[in-house]
Amino acid sequence: MTPSRVLVVGASAAGLATAEALRRKGYRGTLTLLGDEPHPPYDRPPLSKQVLAGSRTPDTTRLRTPEVLAALDAELLLGDPAVHLDPRTRTVRTASGRELGADAVVVATGLRARNLPGTDAEGVHVLRTLDDALALRSGLLAARRLVVVGEGVLGCEIAATARSMGLDVTLAGPRPGPMLAQFGPVVSELLAALHTANGVHLRLGHAVTGLTTAEGRVTGVRLDTDEVLPADVVAVAIGGDPATGWLADSGLRIENGLVCDARCRAAEGVYAVGDVASWHHELFDAPMRLENRTNATEQAVAVAANILGADLPYVPVPYFWTDQFDARIQAHGRLGPDAGVTVVEGDPETGRFVARYERDGRVTGVLGWSMPKQARLRRQEIGGPVPSLEPSAP
Amino acid sequence: MKVTLDQDKCVASGQCVVAADDVFDQDDDGIAVLLDPTPPSDRAEDVEQAAAVCPALAIRIQG
Ligand SMILES: Cc1cc2nc3c(=O)[nH]c(=O)nc-3n(C[C@H](O)[C@H](O)[C@H](O)COP(=O)(O)OP(=O)(O)OC[C@H]3O[C@@H](n4cnc5c(N)ncnc54)[C@H](O)[C@@H]3O)c2cc1C
Ligand code: SF4
Repeated sequence: MTPSRVLVVGASAAGLATAEALRRKGYRGTLTLLGDEPHPPYDRPPLSKQVLAGSRTPDTTRLRTPEVLAALDAELLLGDPAVHLDPRTRTVRTASGRELGADAVVVATGLRARNLPGTDAEGVHVLRTLDDALALRSGLLAARRLVVVGEGVLGCEIAATARSMGLDVTLAGPRPGPMLAQFGPVVSELLAALHTANGVHLRLGHAVTGLTTAEGRVTGVRLDTDEVLPADVVAVAIGGDPATGWLADSGLRIENGLVCDARCRAAEGVYAVGDVASWHHELFDAPMRLENRTNATEQAVAVAANILGADLPYVPVPYFWTDQFDARIQAHGRLGPDAGVTVVEGDPETGRFVARYERDGRVTGVLGWSMPKQARLRRQEIGGPVPSLEPSAP
Repeated sequence: MKVTLDQDKCVASGQCVVAADDVFDQDDDGIAVLLDPTPPSDRAEDVEQAAAVCPALAIRIQG
């Protein structure tokens, strides 16, 4: 049955892309986009890069102009979080007391940034939203020393941007190398060299046990060695949790995101898309949840098609990019820490290369370091399922 | 249909080339280049897909 009322919860990359894909595919029924942030939909990747650096203003992150949004012919309800979903009647209740019923509900609520426990001191920041980015930027402009907690992709980007702004930057985190969990030791070492060459101090391989404060302001980051890294500002980039709190009493299965079948369906008429969705990847034969920008739009196209009756499994080749200093890194497929890595084009010495990731004799991923076109051309080499390989999300 | 591409926005993801490789290509830095700014109407679906999956919103379609 084609629905006549669709409600999308979460008005960001994945939610907006779902709404647009529905219209593009000819859906003419009622369309509602509900979001808890006050801002019209905006893009997150620039937040840790150009917006933090100040080379792009916040309004340039808007995903669509007001005219294009209006042409979508959707009701946009902003600043009002969903607090409850009844999957049987497909009714969503909001914080302001709205009751929104629909034939199809799309869960697109993304992630919430994790913070260190007990950190209400001034000068401590997370980075997930536009408001976070502006607060961190003004903190950085008034600071000399930044400590970034978390050696994943976001922590590395913040460190690179802040260093380019002239701050004294230290990167701390439990793993011994930057992005080691995502890229493995070979590429992680190259990334460490890049950060070191640009003046970032790496204090990796030690857990952060807490923060030191004075008069309500952060003064440093304490490691498990009891060493304290002095800081005027601390950026906490230790990942995020799928924003499923509002679904806790829905009866739907929540396990590292909203659990869906291969068609991104959590229940009859309930779908999930983007960072919050844990769906079954049929080709990899494994549950998968991706936290990247291209997945948000690609999965949205698949979900929109399935809402309109296509019945298609979603089987993407995972992909994300990250920009750090002058390196533009592109990751296709599944890389992971224990794959075999071979440089197949270019040369790490020259700062341009493509690396192939293999496991059990099969290519599982391709990484391009400032060689985006060559990396894309090689993504065809990526094969099917490797059962022993855990899905890796950046 | 008329396609425009804003290379200043492009983040070199190559998603557009995957969607429609007769309309888009990438230069050596990965930045997208438009092979055909006025693709025939039977290419509309793939070109619209390219614009939809572009993470940088660099592709616009008129008509
Ligand atoms: C700083 C930063 C840099 C990034 N850089 C890159 C990059 O370089 N490359 C890359 O591939 N990816 C990058 N990403 C990841 C990418 O931005 C995300 O994958 C993408 O935003 C996911 O989109 P989404 O719509 O699923 O979730 P989100 O963008 O998180 O949107 C979810 C929306 O739902 C709202 N919401 C949550 N709960 C509720 C509720 N109960 N009711 C109503 N609304 C709710 C949220 O406030 C939010 O607006 C980056 C992310 C960040 C934060
Ligand atoms: S999809 Fe967009 S960002 Fe990616 S290469 Fe094409 S134009 Fe550039």
